[in-house]
Amino acid sequence: MKTFTSANPKSVSEAVKLLAKGNAAVAGGGSDLLGMVKDHLVSPDVLVNLRSIQGLDQVKEQANEVVIGGLVTLAELAEHPLIRGRYAVLAEAASVVGTPQIRNAGTLAGNVCQRPWCWYFRNGFPCYKNGGKTCFSVIGENEFHAIFGGGPSYIVHPSDTAPALVALDAKFKIAGPSGERMVEAADFFAPPSKDPGRENVLTHDEVLTEVRLPTYPHWTFMTPYSVTSSTLRSTYHKELDRESWTHAVASVAIALAMEGPTCKKARVVLGGVAPIPWRVPKVEAMLEGKRITPELAAQAGQAAVEGAKPLAKNKYKVALTAAIVKRTLTDLGSA
Amino acid sequence: MEGTGAGIVAAKVVPALKGQTAKQAKAPEAPLAGPALDPSVPHSTIKLTINGQEHRVEVEDRWTLVELLRDHLKLTGTKIGCDRGECGACTVLVNGESAYSCSQLAVWMDGKTVTTVEGLARNGKLDPLQEAFIEHDGPQCGYCTSGQLMSAKALLLKNPHPNRDEVRAGMTGNICRCSNYNHYVEAVLAASGTLAADARRRA
Ligand SMILES: Cc1cc2nc3c(=O)[nH]c(=O)nc-3n(C[C@H](O)[C@H](O)[C@H](O)COP(=O)(O)OP(=O)(O)OC[C@H]3O[C@@H](n4cnc5c(N)ncnc54)[C@H](O)[C@@H]3O)c2cc1C
Ligand code: FES
Ligand code: FES
Repeated sequence: MKTFTSANPKSVSEAVKLLAKGNAAVAGGGSDLLGMVKDHLVSPDVLVNLRSIQGLDQVKEQANEVVIGGLVTLAELAEHPLIRGRYAVLAEAASVVGTPQIRNAGTLAGNVCQRPWCWYFRNGFPCYKNGGKTCFSVIGENEFHAIFGGGPSYIVHPSDTAPALVALDAKFKIAGPSGERMVEAADFFAPPSKDPGRENVLTHDEVLTEVRLPTYPHWTFMTPYSVTSSTLRSTYHKELDRESWTHAVASVAIALAMEGPTCKKARVVLGGVAPIPWRVPKVEAMLEGKRITPELAAQAGQAAVEGAKPLAKNKYKVALTAAIVKRTLTDLGSA
Repeated sequence: MEGTGAGIVAAKVVPALKGQTAKQAKAPEAPLAGPALDPSVPHSTIKLTINGQEHRVEVEDRWTLVELLRDHLKLTGTKIGCDRGECGACTVLVNGESAYSCSQLAVWMDGKTVTTVEGLARNGKLDPLQEAFIEHDGPQCGYCTSGQLMSAKALLLKNPHPNRDEVRAGMTGNICRCSNYNHYVEAVLAASGTLAADARRRA
């Protein structure tokens, strides 16, 4: 590997200073970053080890929210009783990332901030993600690329936890040289039309330190409703081209606030099909105020793929996405 | 044989393994062997425990854990397949949990406890997993075997009596190019004493 200095900051502000100073990269678990360094996709002079900072590896409950430190590992999230019990969609998403070894090392922040796994980018082609001015997938091998929101880059956002966090109305705490800021999960991810070189709003000297989940019944999207007797049902479904080990070909994160058999409020977010976690507000509106019958679920599946713009080799994703939305909604509605 | 198939060696040649563990237990702090550290490259001193023995070693910041193990501590039972966190050949335990040693920096191991395939046997006696791997013909070419053993070990530390699905899920991070997966699953079930129950359930 290229040479670099490993830095062990003791605080977030120290880490941010190291980043601001020059050519540095942050590592959470390193499961993505080290591969990129080996492949010369990033060549930091300083590698900032976030795990030397204490206190970022805990799940805490406080007034109106659950705070998840950015360094909590995916294995911990998948097993955490509070997350499993209350935010099943997140625990399930964490539990299907890669392999046990990846989940033991991988952190929540690293999962959310991982770079795309498009084969052109990872193999060093001079594409947008590598600082170039083209996306090779447009006329190339695009079976795993975007069917929504593409252009000028057609990568898909690779994170399994990202759609789950958008579905839960999470907030992200970001630390930078001028202090901290909070960003809604949905606003954290940035489409390629904004800047085709990046996937989110982080600047090079910023660090994602915390993810905050609203505590039921303070869930923001339920405020217009009486929530006393409603319950949050959520789940994550991931389709792979094999049984394990890899990123989603298509996935869906669904969160429903149910009052008895009636869906009061819904979040439906697709993964693996767009450069950002892809919310489908039209589907959410179709579900609200209704019972989730198999017929409604089928309509929702169709509505979820309206406006899809598949590339030459990924038309299969349209039918696949419609099917998983339908199936997952049916299961959740009858749960 | 060094550097190839030592998973099989570790699993099959008991006397050699006895010698190895005995030697390790007696050895003082293992000196760095292999390619020397380049002093012009950023380096750090770390303390870690490997297979029960404490080491204080100077490492280049860019070294991965598997490089430290194989190239400098001569623990070549751990293999490198992809070097990208994709195949599992390099699996070791870090603080009791499975990790790809190709995807961890050696400097990050400061203060940690690492177990490699060489650390499975105790007092010259194979781990039940190793016995079961032999009994059930786990290894074919053997390249993936040490990694398979370490993933299986991590699984049984957490879940001593897994069922077949749990074994399969627990071992998904280890690819076997000889595709001997079914034998590995049988072996892990046997080692955990759940093979008979599994057979009854499937009968
Ligand atoms: C074989 C394999 C299979 C995989 N399968 C999946 C999968 O199925 N699903 C999936 O979602 N992912 C998958 N991944 C991708 C990835 O390894 C994991 O998502 C993991 O969670 C990344 O976390 P990490 O802490 O190891 O990240 P790191 O490697 O430490 O970091 C990843 C990126 O995020 C940046 N970063 C890390 N932490 C922060 C922070 N706090 N603030 C700002 N930037 C930060 C790093 O600079 C780097 O660019 C897979 C990877 C491999 C090698
Ligand atoms: S060598 Fe580490 S996972 Fe393949
Ligand atoms: S036994 Fe040959 S790779 Fe698994």
